[in-house]
Amino acid sequence: MPSIVKNPTPPRPAPLASVGVLGWLRTNLFNGWWNSLLTVLFLALLAWVVPPMLDWLVFSAVFRADGPADCRAADGACWAFLEVKYRLIIFGRYPFDEQWRPLVGMLALIAMALASCDRRNWNIRLLFIWAAGLSVFFILMGGGVFGLTPVRTTLWGGLPLTLMLAFIGIAAAFPISILLALGRRSNLPLIRALCIGYIELIRGVPLITLLFMASFMLPLFMPTGVSIDAVLRAQVAIIIFAAAYLAEVIRGGLQALPKGQYEAADALGLGYWKTQQLIILPQALKIAIPPIVNTFIGLFKDTSLVAIVSLTDLVLATRQALGDPEWRQFFIEAYMFIMFIYWIFCYFMSKYSQYLERVLSTTRRA
Amino acid sequence: MAQPLSRPPKTAAPVAWWRNPTVRGILAQALVLGVVALVIFYFVDNTLTNLEERRIRTGFSFLEQEAGFAIGESVISFSPSDSYARAFTVGVLNTLKVSLIGIVLATLLGVLIGIARLSSNWLVAKLASTYVEITRNVPLLLQLFFWYAVITIMLPSVRQALEPLPGVVLSKSGLQFPVLIYDPSQIPLLIVLGLSLVAAVVYRQREKRIQLATGREPRLLLPILAIMLVPVTLTYFVLGAPLEFDVPEFQRFNYRGGGSVTPEFLALLLGLSIYTAGFIAEIVRSGILGVPWGQTEASAALGFRRTLQLRLVILPQALRIIVPPTTSQYLNLTKNSSLAVAIGYPDLVSVANTSLNQTGQAIECIAIMMAVYLSISLLISAYMNWYNKRIALVER
Repeated sequence: MPSIVKNPTPPRPAPLASVGVLGWLRTNLFNGWWNSLLTVLFLALLAWVVPPMLDWLVFSAVFRADGPADCRAADGACWAFLEVKYRLIIFGRYPFDEQWRPLVGMLALIAMALASCDRRNWNIRLLFIWAAGLSVFFILMGGGVFGLTPVRTTLWGGLPLTLMLAFIGIAAAFPISILLALGRRSNLPLIRALCIGYIELIRGVPLITLLFMASFMLPLFMPTGVSIDAVLRAQVAIIIFAAAYLAEVIRGGLQALPKGQYEAADALGLGYWKTQQLIILPQALKIAIPPIVNTFIGLFKDTSLVAIVSLTDLVLATRQALGDPEWRQFFIEAYMFIMFIYWIFCYFMSKYSQYLERVLSTTRRA
Repeated sequence: MAQPLSRPPKTAAPVAWWRNPTVRGILAQALVLGVVALVIFYFVDNTLTNLEERRIRTGFSFLEQEAGFAIGESVISFSPSDSYARAFTVGVLNTLKVSLIGIVLATLLGVLIGIARLSSNWLVAKLASTYVEITRNVPLLLQLFFWYAVITIMLPSVRQALEPLPGVVLSKSGLQFPVLIYDPSQIPLLIVLGLSLVAAVVYRQREKRIQLATGREPRLLLPILAIMLVPVTLTYFVLGAPLEFDVPEFQRFNYRGGGSVTPEFLALLLGLSIYTAGFIAEIVRSGILGVPWGQTEASAALGFRRTLQLRLVILPQALRIIVPPTTSQYLNLTKNSSLAVAIGYPDLVSVANTSLNQTGQAIECIAIMMAVYLSISLLISAYMNWYNKRIALVER
């Protein structure tokens, strides 16, 4: 017979070992002998590594020094090195008194990037934002107008150069890559073959060979007497490279669209370009945005390769700073500093791309 | 019955010829081809004029000339009096060497870290994700410079070399390790090893057949270990222990004997493996997470233990997701090995760069570089496509 309990006994509280700090420790660090062993092992490792590292990084480190001798006397990191050399590392050999210009130009590029992260700007406004950001950057860097003294590109360097190569690279590669991606899916055999050939050729070789090609072969391609600027050459190589990779990302977006979208566009009587412009690309590009951001992260890191063809980007500027024999031994501090700069940019971009993936996928489901 | 208001015309209205899709397609292709051809013609014409002006001979005949530069390390013997062709071969072999070893190391490390990221142990998972976030977000070139500097500046000099394992010596001038000395009396040992291998394969197939026929779980580990080890060990002692190692020993200024790798190779290998492992770890993690949770539940419902669930149900399916992106990581690693030029490891790019500067044959040297990388890329992707097809889902 079913019985009804009028006054149920209140549930007992969970055992002490499964709630609170103790419970968290049990479920996350000590569930089972294997995990307990791992925890103990890694804790021992951390105890062995972390205290000396912290000591080196902070407690014994020299933050202010009158000269390299102070640093040599200390046991810790020599952050004073950065205090002496940070302008050289960040701005390269740009004229010292004019270095506010690359600083403001760099900030303009970063502001431009931040503005394009906002989804409300994903329309024609984006074009204006990029045009504004890039023109501010070039006017400030190059000078020659508004009473700014002209500065040759051979003196451009450091972080502004790195940012410029990456941003112009992605911006210029974008339209090319859309055409390549469309061409790769075209019905016209010749155009398809050309696009496939280009994409596979560029993706099959390392960026460094393209940079070599740009610096040794591009001058040969030009009519006699025409010389191309070294920065522009590297920029061209980066655009050629980025276009091939972006094209594959956009092709992924195109392939994700169901066939019905094309059929619907046909049914509406739209021609090829109208179909692409109004129906296909808006959807395909939206799907492709997170991988586009990832491609951009890769490109941003890859710009460091221009150091090999002697462009004073962040990496080469740092090596030049280390070329000073007085400070040469503090390479770890120098490398850690620019690793940190690259890391900040890349980390936030990858977090942003993960955020986009989450947001865009929910809007698609709705 | 409702009558249609108007019937469509029986014959379509004649379409102007320029609206015909076929004609338009041909025209568009002709146009594109024409533009591409013009651009190429323009570049080639300029190049020929420029080369003539600078009096540079074209063609690959320079490959037979004497190279005249030394190469720090090489798989085959090389001296400055050898030809450029041989120098390029050395470069290619060095590229292949570092790439192959790098791929193996990166895979091992990457799989380990990928699994660690999924560990239920909070500490292990956090450490693994820290590793991934750091290695993936710092340019490889910078990591290479870092490791190279650590090896050449931080490690002790040869006199106070570290010896992490007996016979393995680590110092500023690289890594030295013992190698086996070849002796004809080892041949029977090799034969026995080969026979045991065949026996082990035969045994495994027999066990699989029995499992298919009767469902009996195959006993593999211990019997195969026995088949592999017992005869070899017996032969080893019967032959009177013919294995002898060439151990590096300190003599006057340096360690001599044994095998050795240069600090450049070590830095490149370390940088490439650590960098690529971060990417492979993410691929492994997303591959395992990509197998639907229902598969885990279903295999649990069938009564499989956790290890068997992983081995028989989860991993085979995860592998299908993991293989294609891992292939492109292998390709990336091979292409990234070209950064060797920055730290002075004599890979293909480095050799080509030196030759280019010496001979001025820019087009030829760059063409050789590109051709080699393209062939390696195509070969690896062809192999991986074949492998991928083999493990892909066979749908009925």
